[in-house]
Amino acid sequence: MSDCGDSDVLWIPYKERPEWSDVTPVPEDDGPNPVVVIAHSEKFEDVYDYFRAVLQSNEKSERVLHLTKDALELNPANYTVWQYRRDLLKHLNTDLRTELDYVEAVIKNSPKNYQVWHHRRVLVEWLQDPTMELELTGDALLQDPKNYHAWQHRQWAIKTFGLYEKELDFVDNLITDDVRNNSAWNQRYFVVNNNLGWSDLICQQEVCYTLEKINFVKNNESAWNYLRGLLIHDKRGLSGNAVITSFCEELYKNKCRSPFLLAFIIDVCEDAIKKKDTNCFHNADRAVELCQALATRYDKIRSKYWNYLCERYKKYQSEQLSNDNKTNDLIIDE
Amino acid sequence: MSFTTKDVVLKEDRPKTLLLQKHSDYLASYGLNKDDYEYCMTEYLRMSGIYWSLTAMELMGQSSRMPKEDIIEFITQCQDSESGGISASIGHDPHILYTLSAVQVLAMYDRLDAVDIEGIVRYIVSLQQEDGSFYGDKWGEIDTRFSFCAVMCLSLLQRLDAIDINKTVEFVLSCMNFDGGFGSKPGSESHAGLIYCCVGTLSICKRMDALHADELAWWLCERQLPSGGLNGRPEKLPDLCYSWWVMSSLSMLNRIHWVDKKSLEEFILACQDNETGGFSDRPGDITDPFHTLFGLAGLSLLGNTSIKPVNPTYCMPQETIDRLKLKPQILQI
Ligand SMILES: [Zn+2]
Repeated sequence: MSDCGDSDVLWIPYKERPEWSDVTPVPEDDGPNPVVVIAHSEKFEDVYDYFRAVLQSNEKSERVLHLTKDALELNPANYTVWQYRRDLLKHLNTDLRTELDYVEAVIKNSPKNYQVWHHRRVLVEWLQDPTMELELTGDALLQDPKNYHAWQHRQWAIKTFGLYEKELDFVDNLITDDVRNNSAWNQRYFVVNNNLGWSDLICQQEVCYTLEKINFVKNNESAWNYLRGLLIHDKRGLSGNAVITSFCEELYKNKCRSPFLLAFIIDVCEDAIKKKDTNCFHNADRAVELCQALATRYDKIRSKYWNYLCERYKKYQSEQLSNDNKTNDLIIDE
Repeated sequence: MSFTTKDVVLKEDRPKTLLLQKHSDYLASYGLNKDDYEYCMTEYLRMSGIYWSLTAMELMGQSSRMPKEDIIEFITQCQDSESGGISASIGHDPHILYTLSAVQVLAMYDRLDAVDIEGIVRYIVSLQQEDGSFYGDKWGEIDTRFSFCAVMCLSLLQRLDAIDINKTVEFVLSCMNFDGGFGSKPGSESHAGLIYCCVGTLSICKRMDALHADELAWWLCERQLPSGGLNGRPEKLPDLCYSWWVMSSLSMLNRIHWVDKKSLEEFILACQDNETGGFSDRPGDITDPFHTLFGLAGLSLLGNTSIKPVNPTYCMPQETIDRLKLKPQILQI
């Protein structure tokens, strides 16, 4: 593991800075395994020894604000340094706009760090100004379209300040770039659910959008899950929308055997059974057949799951059969 | 194009047996190397580091190799007398994550008397919000992880009655997504690690009935890739720690048999480093105590008998959970 201070040739250790001569550095308390060897990164040690010292003396000054910057450059994950920095910002009445620029730079370098994003959020809350947030998170998502922190921050800003207007376009671009981006599909749900609402019209629009994307890449877990999710809001349910069921049967007829397609048809069968609305395509026999195909051929790694489902449908079949027999008995008795 | 998957390929020369002695040596010497760059880099999460190492050692029956008295002394020094919370290291600010780690360590040592329990309870109670969620610290970050930390911590202290359980559960359920999974906040994407936190919260609060068990378990099983490893979200690479988040969740759902155990075990074993000891996130990467714990705990859930049984809710030895007479809920099928 390399020392992150090596490249910095102009670095002057705090212990050699005259303006810090009034502070006595505090080395890390030994904690468990008190073994004396401490020879790790000199810069790291120097900076944190001084940070511990100011923490102890509770010094709140401009030079400490600088010191926290050095400490965070060495380890942006140290939450205590961030907390102390926020105390300093308040205490020194620092211009929060420059702090926004600063934290933006840190985010660019460590976009996967909890503390940095949290610091950002606190600043935006203090300023009550979210104008930069969509661009900032947009940039972070350009680098890594699945960055959980960036998505959380974006959702927070959108929800808190009502920034929904262009979000569906943003999501659509990401899905166009990578149709399997689960985070983008989740964001699509977030926007429709919190802003547009699931009216009949929106439901139908979303169905069309999703089917088009599935047609493009069939074996896409995210799109199939989104389809299932949006149908929670469609009163026709999984089995009642002819556009969807005929789309699925068409894929099946054209030899598509994506496990997600087969799983979806099983769910349609399930829905039809529940509603006592089975037909020649969607019934328990079909569900059994598809479960068996998945378990033995198309999704063997999850065979235990498919066998479990299969048993459920078989049980249902045999119950149906005995019910039918009872009905027959009655007829004969008459 | 339509059937490509992000995954890794297991090499023929990968470790195929469990290297227990190596792991125990690795963890025993990890804390000693204070000259390591990692050592000073990890000060900010030292308390969790102790929990990962000690739990791993406990599961291997090797905890006597950890400096018990030093650890207990360290923990007492990390408790903040004002708030009652515990920090990652001496002089740091308290946080719910490290408060939990400390309580877990003390519970394993049967030394909860070493800290001010009422202080911890007070701290956790102070972090609960009106909507039932929890802050991680005084700065107000909200995350379902913190809900789990809160209930796990209080249950270990036998003080679950100190918070509003109904509201806690309500908030966690508000984070349930359309795919049956859970994220960090309402609307956040489903993520296996956060699913573990949410299912764990419901397990401790005995509200597993609120889950869509089959749907959620299927989503979790979908995380298994052809290599046998598990990822945390669709289209992400497999990572050893996810074998724990996914399997422990499936265990609480009583559906762990739905994953392909044989290939998963091969993946976990392949994440061992046969020179340094320890486990890494993926075969060939650098090992660390975090992944070492989850590698061992995962193998334990898969039924490996050379490791002690682990409790899927608490990620602690089952014997500790039994001693504390805790009965986290497992869903009955
Ligand atoms: Zn990992």
